[in-house]
Amino acid sequence: MKRRHLTLLANALVLLLLYGIGGVYFKNFLTLRVFVNLLGDNAFMGIAAIGMTFVIISGGIDLSVASVIAFTSIFIAQTVHDGLHPWWAMAMALCLGWLFGATQGWLISFFELPPFLVTLSGMFFARGMGYIVNDVSLAIKHGVYSQTIRNLAIPLAKNVRLPFTAQCFILFILAGTFLLAFTRFGRYIYAIGSNEASARLMGVPVHRMKILIYALSGFCAAASGCVVTFYMQSGNSSSFVGLEMDAIASAVIGGTLLSGGVGGVPGTFLGAIILGLIQALISFHGNLNNWWAKIFIGILLFLFISIQQLLSRRLRAAR
Amino acid sequence: MRQEPLLTMRGIEKSFPGVRALKDVDFTLRSGQIHALMGENGAGKSTLIKVLTGVYPRDGGDMAMEGTRIFPSSPRDAEKFGISTVYQEVNLIPHLTVAENICLGREDRAAGIIRWKKVRERARKALARLELDDGIDVEAQLSDCSIAVQQMVAIARALDIDAKVLILDEPTSSLDEAESDELFSIMARLKKRGMGIIFVTHFLDQVYRVSDAITVLRNGQLVGEYSAAELPRLELVARMMGKRAEEVKRLEKRAAVTTKSGRKTVISVRRLARKGSINPIDFDLNEGEVLGLAGLLGSGRSETAEVLFGVDAADAGEIEIDGRATKVDSPAKAMRLGFGMLTEDRKYSGIIPNLSIKENIILAMQAKLGPLKKIPPRQANEIADGFIKALDIRTPSREQLVKNLSGGNQQKVIIARWLAIHPRLLILDEPTRGIDVGTRAEIEELIRKLRDEGMSLLLISSELDEVVRNSQRVLVLRDRNKIAELAGEDISEQRILHTIAQ
Repeated sequence: MKRRHLTLLANALVLLLLYGIGGVYFKNFLTLRVFVNLLGDNAFMGIAAIGMTFVIISGGIDLSVASVIAFTSIFIAQTVHDGLHPWWAMAMALCLGWLFGATQGWLISFFELPPFLVTLSGMFFARGMGYIVNDVSLAIKHGVYSQTIRNLAIPLAKNVRLPFTAQCFILFILAGTFLLAFTRFGRYIYAIGSNEASARLMGVPVHRMKILIYALSGFCAAASGCVVTFYMQSGNSSSFVGLEMDAIASAVIGGTLLSGGVGGVPGTFLGAIILGLIQALISFHGNLNNWWAKIFIGILLFLFISIQQLLSRRLRAAR
Repeated sequence: MRQEPLLTMRGIEKSFPGVRALKDVDFTLRSGQIHALMGENGAGKSTLIKVLTGVYPRDGGDMAMEGTRIFPSSPRDAEKFGISTVYQEVNLIPHLTVAENICLGREDRAAGIIRWKKVRERARKALARLELDDGIDVEAQLSDCSIAVQQMVAIARALDIDAKVLILDEPTSSLDEAESDELFSIMARLKKRGMGIIFVTHFLDQVYRVSDAITVLRNGQLVGEYSAAELPRLELVARMMGKRAEEVKRLEKRAAVTTKSGRKTVISVRRLARKGSINPIDFDLNEGEVLGLAGLLGSGRSETAEVLFGVDAADAGEIEIDGRATKVDSPAKAMRLGFGMLTEDRKYSGIIPNLSIKENIILAMQAKLGPLKKIPPRQANEIADGFIKALDIRTPSREQLVKNLSGGNQQKVIIARWLAIHPRLLILDEPTRGIDVGTRAEIEELIRKLRDEGMSLLLISSELDEVVRNSQRVLVLRDRNKIAELAGEDISEQRILHTIAQ
């Protein structure tokens, strides 16, 4: 069996285990509704994590995503408040996210700066820009939000509808998987992350690729910001501090290596759902403090990276 | 009948800040020719190839493929002109499959979607063209393949385009004999098909086995182009080392350094080996003696030193110190045993440019003491001043940053660093490279002084005369093997050159 399948299998097992725990302890846990909600509740983090997956496979990191999400949410809330149509506001936000990411990618590539530092600067910058747009939480009142989005939900069963946010998530999963596995763009990302110098000698346009990779992450973050507005029906420039770390954790639990060259969107999807499940289990329990979720995630993340390390060491030794 | 050359390079010039890497170099390749490009370290082989493949733009000169002038601006651009390269370190993507590595950037697509089935087929075909006996699984991850297979994959990739010129940059340096043989038969087949092959290597046997022509570079300049059949080995070696053949014949035996007999052996090396760097080797290091290592680039000179100092752990053999078998598996261990090593490249693994002379000098001492014991500032100052005086390091003060010193003085600082721990064995890898003549003489004087004080020294140098002048015994290495040990009166440049060329 191949290594990446092994990680996916491990993820699936953990997922089943968590579901099993939920099923044993809580009534109604093993229902379609809980699963659909899981998708909807974790859609925005998941979409950001997909963008992050691209960046990490290329050997980089993007710390700015949470700030971009917050900026996008307040940008949409403010512009809609000022009379712009929500669809236009979202289109503009997506363009801004793309441009912001592209700029970061250009700085990283042109000045040969570490992605960590460039996107750290980007994180502060986008966060600050959000406050400039508006420093209070702003509710979005528009027909698109109160009606259209709800009507877009797809009925799956009696009283169970797949929310638009979950649909967006699924769309990004499919598109991301396809992009990585079946396009030259996707394969180049692996090539750069695995060995940048070789990739350059093999004719990969590394400079252009880096701009596009970070642009894509910025775009995913902005899309995630749009999904946040559907979910919260408001925009807030101070929310989601630290969400980029959840995105990184999802990707890493899903088998994407921080050293680059290895990973995939299906894994990140499973990683995001595992994080969501832990959260869901804690809230189903009702008496446990929410911080327990963080503790479990911390332990789980540690277990995953240790196992990955052991596995790759064993494989290396076997040769 | 001489046909039109496939590739001509005329008067190629290339400079980097501070260095003229290529000076007026000519190179001609014909189709169906295997042309060896030879030269010692810094000769300009790699630079010439990088100019040819568009990695570096050329500063001057002309390049033509089949009579048409070309200006490759990137490796990909060079491929368009039919120039394909397999680099020294296999330059492929370890995490991707064999098939992807062969086809990356040239995948068959329909509407932008990669057709994996066709990609795999194409990869199989490309490998089939090499007529390899054992099949290579195109779906295997590259990093799971042996280096030899990776090399074949790199060649398959290079041939997947319609290459007319194939550049093999030290392709055999990590292959064993059987694997090299396989590569040579592939080269022969390609040659028959009319391809021009540029073969960079430092293995003399291989050059004479496969090459039709040999071009020798030295210090960025063309020494000459020769027909392999008409250039005797000795002459090739002499030219690579910057001597003329007549000169080699005339070289006088130097007066042997008088050696006291019955010297105590400090370190005995028995069957020490590491795959891919040095074959099993035996030698003794004696008190008050300089052991020289001579050989061409890639013969295993620096590799031997690195294995001895624990930079690369040995996989076989033993090191006996004062009669006790000891494992040296890290530089830290080597230092505890009283070894010091001056590395070949002081910029990357020697000096810490942003620390002062004093801090650089006490570094090894501090490392030996461990992080918790501090050397008292007074003592540190005394040590630093002592060495600045003893080695005549030219600096206004011990607090001067090392990066502000000249190369020769930097070298002295590193020597001082090692002397501060009073080593029993000091390994000097190219101690005078890039250093002016005056300082060079001082360093050689210092080597003699340390020897006379009873220190054991291992001297590696690509300057043959330096080895001859300073060593009491010389190990001659070729293709990672010790081929001779010369002592006393037998040590001469002529003898060493003859031994290498045998």
